[in-house]
Amino acid sequence: MNDIGWIDAVLTAARPQAVGALLRYFRDLDTAEEAFQEACLRALKTWPQNGPPRDAAAWLIFVGRNAAMDDVRRRAKQVALPDEAAISDLGDAESELADRLDGEQYRDDLLRLLFVCCHPELPATQQIALALRIVCGLSVKQIARAFLVGEAAMEQRITRAKARVGDAGLPFETPGAVERAERLASVAAMIYLVFNEGYSARADETATRGTLADEGVWLVRLLLRVFPQEPEVMGLAALMLLQQARAAARFDDRGGIILLEDQDRSLWDDKRIAEGLALIDKAMRHRRPGPYQIQAAIAALHARAKRAEDTDWAQIDLLYANLERLQPSPVVTLNRAVAVNKVRGPAAALEMIEPLGPQLSNYFYFHGVKGALLQQLDRRAEARAAFDRAIALANTPAEAAHIRQHLDHLGKESASEPS
Amino acid sequence: MLYAILCYNSEAAVGAWSKQYHDETMAKLHVVNDKLAKQGRLGPVARLLPTTAATTLRKGRGESLVIDGPFAETKEQLLGFYIIDCASLDAAIETAKELAIANPGTGSYEIRPVAELHESQLPAQRKPAA
Repeated sequence: MNDIGWIDAVLTAARPQAVGALLRYFRDLDTAEEAFQEACLRALKTWPQNGPPRDAAAWLIFVGRNAAMDDVRRRAKQVALPDEAAISDLGDAESELADRLDGEQYRDDLLRLLFVCCHPELPATQQIALALRIVCGLSVKQIARAFLVGEAAMEQRITRAKARVGDAGLPFETPGAVERAERLASVAAMIYLVFNEGYSARADETATRGTLADEGVWLVRLLLRVFPQEPEVMGLAALMLLQQARAAARFDDRGGIILLEDQDRSLWDDKRIAEGLALIDKAMRHRRPGPYQIQAAIAALHARAKRAEDTDWAQIDLLYANLERLQPSPVVTLNRAVAVNKVRGPAAALEMIEPLGPQLSNYFYFHGVKGALLQQLDRRAEARAAFDRAIALANTPAEAAHIRQHLDHLGKESASEPS
Repeated sequence: MLYAILCYNSEAAVGAWSKQYHDETMAKLHVVNDKLAKQGRLGPVARLLPTTAATTLRKGRGESLVIDGPFAETKEQLLGFYIIDCASLDAAIETAKELAIANPGTGSYEIRPVAELHESQLPAQRKPAA
């Protein structure tokens, strides 16, 4: 029988807790990872015959810790390893350990492990790579593939990131409430980075990079299990699930971008939408709004609209206005303008984005939106100039192709104009 | 006799199934489903969203308490259930064993006789996400 499938899943699921606890014992990332690796090898040997232990994480921590300590001893004195049976027969030791792994400690171990990956000195790509390696347990080869770089280069990048984190000193003291909240916020931001790294991939990259969006969802569920009462964590999870639900509808056969309002909504993933909606509903009950919750609430209004024309743009406009207050940024205002266009028309939307020009002059999306608004207002020469600027700033051929469609449309309209 | 087979497992582990393992396991479970359906023994079947999407209303003397997630912290969560018609407990255990073979590893099936089953009043086309 194929035991590997479920054993792999149990090991992956137990990994963050186990590596987090081993990191607390050994205070060194490499030792913790090696210890966990050793425990996994023993699990693969013994679980198919003995069945899985009652508490897989506790088993792995216990076996990993013993293995690493044996290793230290062996290096020192060349003492032989105890035989397999002695290690596998955990009996009371396992339950005792499980008792000590109470909720609070588990939470802090896990948060520490995630927090280690978001060290402010690490650039975003290194934070993501480190999280994928030490928390998700992806191989260097898998991570290299997702980042479209060579394995050796990725190995080096991760080694360097680990060294940097090690030099900075790992945070082992039990965090206070304020510090815990700060760590949680950094970790949430890092998890959203992981998700976006995959979600922003081009159509032809989704096979490789797209997996990062799934890893992001996996990480946020992990965070949510240990912080089940944090509305912003619920909001982030909802936001990611509702965005990910649209994955199958976002590109056409040739890799072109399909805008939200043109997507075939029957391709949206009902199960992810149901989970996302459940989470945002739960989050809102707490009446502690935050940026992730508001963005999720906007995504939820899109998900709830059976057809694009059913979208509650007035509510979306209000939500963006809240987001602007909470987290002012020209990009948020630009997004709000798209809703304002639907509610109050292109003139009001254009008026809203015009002051953003200096800040967003190099932002592809700004010129795309501006062009579309000018086109609606029939200011064709200005629309063409904005679209030309957008094409020059496009990050991908698909983005450029999308704008070119607008230009073609403008061209046709002027061609049919009586001269 | 009607039995509920309540499926418990670690949702973290089930959430970590690879796409391939998920698809294989679901296919094997569908074989069991289909057999029960053909025998006219299969009642409602539900797969639940993760407990992170759950809310608990704890009844109290005064105001009820609304809590995020399930009330008790446990290693295994209720992930779904089957209602099946079985001639005897042995037959119900047999069915649970078939499910366990299709979906091996961690977890358990609680076999629970059903006292009352009310007919569904939902429109036939009602889908979970809608």
